[in-house]
Amino acid sequence: MTPVLGKDLVGLEHLSPDQIRLVLDTAEPFKEVSERPIKKVPALRGKTIVNLFFEASTRTRISFEFAEKRLSADTVNVAASGSSVQKGETLVDTARNLEAMRIDMVVIRHPSSGAAEFLGNRIRSNVINAGDGKHEHPTQGLLDLLTIRDKHGKVEGLKVCLVGDVLHSRVARSNIWGLLKMGAEVAVCGPDTLMPRGIEELGVCRFRRIEEAIEWADVLNVLRLQLERMEKGFIPSVREYYRVFGVTLERLERAPRVLTIMHPGPMNRGVEIDSRVADGPHSVILDQVTNGVAVRMAVLYLLAGGRPELADAAKGSPPGGAE
Amino acid sequence: MIDPSRNLDEPSDVLIQDGKIAGVGRALGAPDGADVRDVRDTVVAPGLVDVHVHLREPGNEDVETVATGARAAAAGGFTAVCAMPNTDPVTDNQAAVGFIVRQSVRAGLTRVYPIGAISVGQKGERLSEFGEMVGAGAVAVSDDGKPVVSSHLMRTALEYARTFGIPVADHCEEPTLAEGGVMHEGLVSARLGLKGIPAAAEEIMVARDTLLAELTGGHVHLCHLSTRGSVELVRRAKEQGIRVTAEVTPHHLTLTDRACERYDTHAKMNPPLREAADVAALRAALKGGVVDCIASDHAPHAYDAKEAAFDDAPFGVVGLETAFGVAYTELVIGGVLTLPELIHRMSTAPAAAFGLPGGTLAPGAPADVVVLDLTDSWTVDPTAFCSKSRNTPFAGRVLMGRAELTLVGGKIVHQMEAPVSQ
Repeated sequence: MTPVLGKDLVGLEHLSPDQIRLVLDTAEPFKEVSERPIKKVPALRGKTIVNLFFEASTRTRISFEFAEKRLSADTVNVAASGSSVQKGETLVDTARNLEAMRIDMVVIRHPSSGAAEFLGNRIRSNVINAGDGKHEHPTQGLLDLLTIRDKHGKVEGLKVCLVGDVLHSRVARSNIWGLLKMGAEVAVCGPDTLMPRGIEELGVCRFRRIEEAIEWADVLNVLRLQLERMEKGFIPSVREYYRVFGVTLERLERAPRVLTIMHPGPMNRGVEIDSRVADGPHSVILDQVTNGVAVRMAVLYLLAGGRPELADAAKGSPPGGAE
Repeated sequence: MIDPSRNLDEPSDVLIQDGKIAGVGRALGAPDGADVRDVRDTVVAPGLVDVHVHLREPGNEDVETVATGARAAAAGGFTAVCAMPNTDPVTDNQAAVGFIVRQSVRAGLTRVYPIGAISVGQKGERLSEFGEMVGAGAVAVSDDGKPVVSSHLMRTALEYARTFGIPVADHCEEPTLAEGGVMHEGLVSARLGLKGIPAAAEEIMVARDTLLAELTGGHVHLCHLSTRGSVELVRRAKEQGIRVTAEVTPHHLTLTDRACERYDTHAKMNPPLREAADVAALRAALKGGVVDCIASDHAPHAYDAKEAAFDDAPFGVVGLETAFGVAYTELVIGGVLTLPELIHRMSTAPAAAFGLPGGTLAPGAPADVVVLDLTDSWTVDPTAFCSKSRNTPFAGRVLMGRAELTLVGGKIVHQMEAPVSQ
């Protein structure tokens, strides 16, 4: 059977709208698993998964790990520090060694754009991109889509604006591809120093003032501002960034409609987002985290060859009805 | 027989005696005991000249040596190449220059002319001893691989080089703009999430170098131009009579940043592959003479060095064995240049820019000759390269045009194997 998502999930750019919809639909039944007292189904029993994290991560790594464990997979975590990677092993050697251990899947986070695709092209195991450099973070894009769909009942026709450091953001790229494919209107807002040149050619509109973005949008996805950007001279100060681009309660109160507020985390309160907004009634930031586990369960299940129409039933049996 | 140095393009015999061209013309007749080669249906031309190669010796002999580079050059139809000084240690003194010359003589293949470093250790601080290096055989100076950051150093290099009549070759890159960049800054880099190098990083230095050449009257040679803006700056400088020459690589004439899609590290080079409009401008500049010559920027790397994430792979591609085929297929068959124009840009013009012997079949000139087969197609197979390295973006390409026979000083240094009869 041809896997419905292909062998790997490296990004949303090359997925079809139907494939994206399939992941979101498959995530729905998995949401319920996490609400049970015994949060475990046997769908991936006997599968071995390596979580290969070349960059520090708390939320994404734990989210993947819960998704894997709740599907009954056997998992191993490898962090770059303290591993052979730190001893100078190349990515291709790491890949070959993993392959030699006959693992089924690799979840990879890496500081270099393209690292997940590189790995996927060199090993037979399924590869899931958990963030590669400034390229993509597809499961984040998918969980953002699921969260928007939960909140608004649809994605199509909504106006979603990504606010902040689009230049360095893999979350932004996955959001742009996913939202456009699902029929949303997409905008970006931030200083020119944090926007890739030619971003409009991807089909997004562009705001230079946060007030204009707020007036336009139904949903704001507020990106994290890496504090090291100041040292590299992209912005003069955190203080001024908040003054000019901060998503504040005052600014939102002047909006013509109620905006849904998202943030991929971890947040810098008082830098890109006002605490009162993050904690406010229209924030879905923690729903994003909850949905992250379900979306990752769906991705793991589908890449392992699980049949989408059986996702509901899979909660009680392994994929394909084996065993 | 095509000889751009004398505007000749006609059927002809070429007589070689004592390592020199003894005669060119119809029905010359062969002296007794001559080795007569019937090369009908081919083109006899002055040997190709490449003013920009990296041969990695001393320091990185695993990936190339003077001898293997000269072997690759001969196979590519080149009879003279200029070796950049970014070796380890840097070729920045007469002893190091003399070593390259000796290795070249020992190999006895394509002539390898050393280029000395502009600054000691290519550190961009103190001038190297140009005079002694020229005395030992250097034909130019360059800190290639790195830009000359200090405008003062570039100025003094251009002034000091005048004493010895050599060009100062610069790798034009404004380092603070280019820092961390791995490909052209544009839509493709935005999509791939790779840090871009804007065209302005090159153009700022092209503008600076032409201004300094004007100030000093020195001869600046601009390496591997890649942008339409650079072409425009060079055009204006030449119109003002500034002593500037420029080169372009076969890859910048034929590929765009789209070759970096799927993170193909064989498309990672510096300067980076640019956009279609840049390729068009470079082609027009080569046709019109704004850009003087094609140079390969042959940059060998270990077979596994490019097996890495895009950010982590080294810049550069090999080119000696594909340069003529790529240029002939894309530019001559592609209708941009005539064959005599291409040979001019790959032989006569680069020889003139660097003041090298060669680039001509005039009687009395050294018998540096290439016989080009233009009728059979061939497929680029990196495993068959004479170079020690395989890092080419043209693997698998079907090309027309390659060297059937290469002679240096009348001696055969490359001979294509006769095709196995079917």
